[in-house]
Amino acid sequence: MTDLLYLSLQYIRYHRAKLTVLTLAITLVLWLPIAIQSIVDQTAAQLLQRADNTPLIIGAPGSPLELSLGSLYFRSKTTSTLPYSELAELNNTGLARAIPLYYRFRSQDHPVVGTNPDYFEYRGLRITAGRQGALLGEAVIGAAVAKSMGIGVGDHVITSPESVFDLAGVYPLKMPVVGVLAPSLSPDDEAIFVDIKTSWVIQGLGHGHQELNRKEAMGQILKREGDNIIANASVRQFNEITADNLESFHFHGDNASNPISAIIPVPPDEKSAALLLGHYQEERDDIQIVRSQKVIGELLDTVFTVRDYIVVGVALVATATAIVAVLVFYLSLRLRKGERHTLSRIGASKLQVQALMATEIITVLLLSALLSGLLVVITRQYGITLIQQLLLN
Amino acid sequence: MALELTDIRFAYGNEGFQLALPSLTIEAGESIALVGPSGSGKTTLLSLIAGVLEPDQGSIQLEGKTLTAMGARQRRGQRLAGMGMIFQSFELLDYLDVRDNILLQARLAPDVSITPELEQRARAIAMELGLEDKWRRRVTALSQGERQRVAACRALLLDPPIVLADEPTGNLDPQNKQAVLDHLIALCHRDRRILLTVTHDYSLLPSFDRVLDMDELLASEAATS
Repeated sequence: MTDLLYLSLQYIRYHRAKLTVLTLAITLVLWLPIAIQSIVDQTAAQLLQRADNTPLIIGAPGSPLELSLGSLYFRSKTTSTLPYSELAELNNTGLARAIPLYYRFRSQDHPVVGTNPDYFEYRGLRITAGRQGALLGEAVIGAAVAKSMGIGVGDHVITSPESVFDLAGVYPLKMPVVGVLAPSLSPDDEAIFVDIKTSWVIQGLGHGHQELNRKEAMGQILKREGDNIIANASVRQFNEITADNLESFHFHGDNASNPISAIIPVPPDEKSAALLLGHYQEERDDIQIVRSQKVIGELLDTVFTVRDYIVVGVALVATATAIVAVLVFYLSLRLRKGERHTLSRIGASKLQVQALMATEIITVLLLSALLSGLLVVITRQYGITLIQQLLLN
Repeated sequence: MALELTDIRFAYGNEGFQLALPSLTIEAGESIALVGPSGSGKTTLLSLIAGVLEPDQGSIQLEGKTLTAMGARQRRGQRLAGMGMIFQSFELLDYLDVRDNILLQARLAPDVSITPELEQRARAIAMELGLEDKWRRRVTALSQGERQRVAACRALLLDPPIVLADEPTGNLDPQNKQAVLDHLIALCHRDRRILLTVTHDYSLLPSFDRVLDMDELLASEAATS
């Protein structure tokens, strides 16, 4: 038996290129349908869990899917906004506690999410290093951000400009990291959290600059019109909020009209939730309230349909591969006719010859099964993380 | 008396070729050339001695063992461990190197293990046949003459009392065919081994101790009956 195994291994070694290609093809065919099924199921479970935890979302009129994806996963490019005053209005109804979200800006690949401390409590997010953000310009980063950017408390994050060529647009803001969140295995791991007002500073709605009431600044003032001072371009604007310049930061206009992306309403009970739905659906045309489970459920229906199409496609490819594999084995056995003849002539038994011939097929099938099994385990363990990283990159 | 065939009769089915051989005796250490026209039964006779075919009648004895009394399994064992076989087309496996091709028959034999001593012996035979520097080379990289020497090494490895060679020089150039045959005959003489060779090449006949013409062998049967 050992000798037969030795001879088989020599054959496999000699034909390693052919057998490797065949093994890989069969491995892929065995692995792909299971992998697709597994990844779609895991993604669906993750999507649904987040939606289940956030049943209602309020936003500007537009695509409910965009609003849900943005508010739940910070993955929306929409710039539709609500005025901040809607937050107070919702609170005044007494039907829910309101949590603001403003997720328009990014730092490298990570969303910068403007919100308030209620968000951390609502999501059950825990600080693992440092502290909660307390001052304007301070950032608390998710665990994945800390890992991927290699930063922690005491380091800085800088917001990314929205457009390189927009000179009047949003300038980068350098923000100190004061806290790092514990991993939550949710999109919060990938986010950088700041106070909602810091988001407005990033947008340029609030700013800090050199004091213009000082005597030395007289040469920089072009015109005074009551309280309004018009200065020339030499006045230095701050792109970092520090203890020294914090006082100089201010907002022009009423904060109530400043933008936010969405509001997460947290009703105390189901009745309040139903009343809230009725209130926004019946009485407000300029605002939408979405049930995220329904929206994500519809998205998943599409995903499942796509998955079914893919699985059918893979099944067809699998059939074709199986036929090709059978053909390859058949041709290989025919090519080995001379070898069978030789073995028989020098005295090998039929069983010995058959065992040698079968080893090729058994080895390829066994290796393929092992490899695809290993890939399935890896897919179930890390597949969704890998896909998420691919999507983020 | 090493090999004795007595009253052998064999036919392929009910019609076609029939072989009838009253007796044939070959002594140990003899080198025999078996000649005759195509279809005269030379290869059939080798196959009967090798146990690949079973005679309808008669007995074949090798060193006192009656091969014709053995079952198919025993005959196969005898062929693997107790006979050397050399073929015109060498019958080597392309995916094995020289060493593994020489050891192939031993690997397939039921009661033989590949020991360091056996490997040592294989190497020594390879050296005698001028293959010492090809030991780990694939047989596909060898010349025709070298390939036939590898086949000869395989046939001699288990020290069989008889080597059956079917046109062993048929694929070799004149220079190589004489050299390979001379080596083979010398080794068989030295080790008191029978070499029974089927050949169509009459230029090689002087090298053999005895030449058996199939036509004459079968004619003697016809005369007897």
